[in-house]
Amino acid sequence: MLDKRMTAADIVSQLHDGMTLGIGGWGPRRKPMALVREILRSDLKDLTIVAYGGADVGMLCAAGKVKKLVFAFVSLDAIPLEPWFRKAREAGQIEVLELDEGMFQWGLKAAAFGVPFLPTRVGLGTDLAALGGLKTVTSPYSDGETLIAMPALKLDAALLHVNRSDWRGNVHLFGPDVYYDEWFAKAAAKTFVSCEELVDRMEDHYPDAAQANIFERCFVTGVVEMPCGAHPSSMPPSYGWDMKAFKAYADAAKEPGDWAAVADRFVGKSEADYLNSVGGKEAVAALPLPIF
Amino acid sequence: MTDVTLAELCIFAASEAFRNNGEVVATGVGPVPRLAASLAKLTHSPELMMTDGEAYLVEQPVPLGPRGDYKPKFAGYLPFSRFFDSAVWSGRRHAMVTPTQIDRFGQINLSQLGGTHKQPKTQMLGVRGFPGNTIYHPNSFFFPAHTSRVFVEGEVDMVSGVGYNPAKRVPGGNYSGVDLRVIVTNLCVMDFGGTNNAIRVVSLHPGVTFDEVQAATGFPLEKGALTETPLPDAEALAIIAQLDPHNIRASVIKDNPPAIRAN
Repeated sequence: MLDKRMTAADIVSQLHDGMTLGIGGWGPRRKPMALVREILRSDLKDLTIVAYGGADVGMLCAAGKVKKLVFAFVSLDAIPLEPWFRKAREAGQIEVLELDEGMFQWGLKAAAFGVPFLPTRVGLGTDLAALGGLKTVTSPYSDGETLIAMPALKLDAALLHVNRSDWRGNVHLFGPDVYYDEWFAKAAAKTFVSCEELVDRMEDHYPDAAQANIFERCFVTGVVEMPCGAHPSSMPPSYGWDMKAFKAYADAAKEPGDWAAVADRFVGKSEADYLNSVGGKEAVAALPLPIF
Repeated sequence: MTDVTLAELCIFAASEAFRNNGEVVATGVGPVPRLAASLAKLTHSPELMMTDGEAYLVEQPVPLGPRGDYKPKFAGYLPFSRFFDSAVWSGRRHAMVTPTQIDRFGQINLSQLGGTHKQPKTQMLGVRGFPGNTIYHPNSFFFPAHTSRVFVEGEVDMVSGVGYNPAKRVPGGNYSGVDLRVIVTNLCVMDFGGTNNAIRVVSLHPGVTFDEVQAATGFPLEKGALTETPLPDAEALAIIAQLDPHNIRASVIKDNPPAIRAN
């Protein structure tokens, strides 16, 4: 089907219990939060989540959706320690595979290229290999070097939030950094993207921006327009992160920190309700870009 | 110069870590390391490369905090999406960071404290990029509070960064990139120049004794030349003030003490 338009509910209906789900973005930046909220409104469970984690990971952990987490960090930047992730970890609630940030993208690349692993020095001399069951390989060439075999991080599906797309899945990603979204898309059997702006034919609207098409439409299964869909994470150049919202979310994790009692505030009955509760599109558009 | 703060002395001392590094990306995480790298670039080591803290390379280091009318000028591009290819796995970087723990081997921890990996007592950030950084490029450290909770007895709770511990080295691995350089704390400057890369005190901040440093450290330290850490000169202080117009550096070390102790 060349017309890949779907609703957020259609996308979540294509996901199933026990699957391995990659989530694009990085910490509190460029997260497909509207799609994550749609998962939080669903019955999906026992997920293996693969992410450079932010509130996406924290919320899914808090809601008991996560069986296993593949991560290198989970952080909200200005709030360095993600409080809901921390609670889940300190309760021993989830299985983990902890990786270095670079190994993580290497595993996505192995999956993208269809090889079982890619070799790397990273991880040697640390506790990662022993804790994660990572094995070594020996170079078959004369150097004979021992390397860690970083296993492919094959994703059943990936969720990304992009700046714009057309209905065929021609995406444009811009802003200062697009992190590893390209490799999530290529590592996944199916990639679903939400976008700030959906156009009918990209070439009619933005013919001069084709370099922003950082992965090609054959890697896109479904598209949904969800303006403000990264809130409370940042989506440059459209809006910055909402540190006030992150702070309220972090504060809610303090004792008793019962997610069921507070989830409505951070998820909403519907995306429209959620957006209203944070002041609507105008309020999100007014969020300043972060300063580093 | 009596109004020089200990934080400023640390920035000046830490900037020395970036001298003669060549064309590498100098990354300082946190106010003191970032100001140190920026100071180095603006004084003795203009060849250093540096980002704006996000994705662009700048030749003029970006000041800390809200910038008013100041607009960073971008000379190059180094986003996370190519950070490993360009900077980390090519060895073209020197990072100065603040782990939660460090041990006598220079092994560092940013992941968890206590408990087990399945159920840590305290979950922290995760290993982030430490495993890759430490096997590929030089690293230095800054600690605003030198205590035996940071400089731990035995080994760190979760080895997130490679050190010089022979027991952790898988045979056949290539560790030629492991290069731990300098540790700056609120008490002293140390390096890894002791026996078998043991940590060695090289200079003491004004009024600090070796015994005081040793008492705040969970493992035996070696003694280097034990000079007195120099105070920053007027030029350095002016540059630091310019790079940190909101005086964020004053919040780094408890009570923002002066560089020279009031005895």
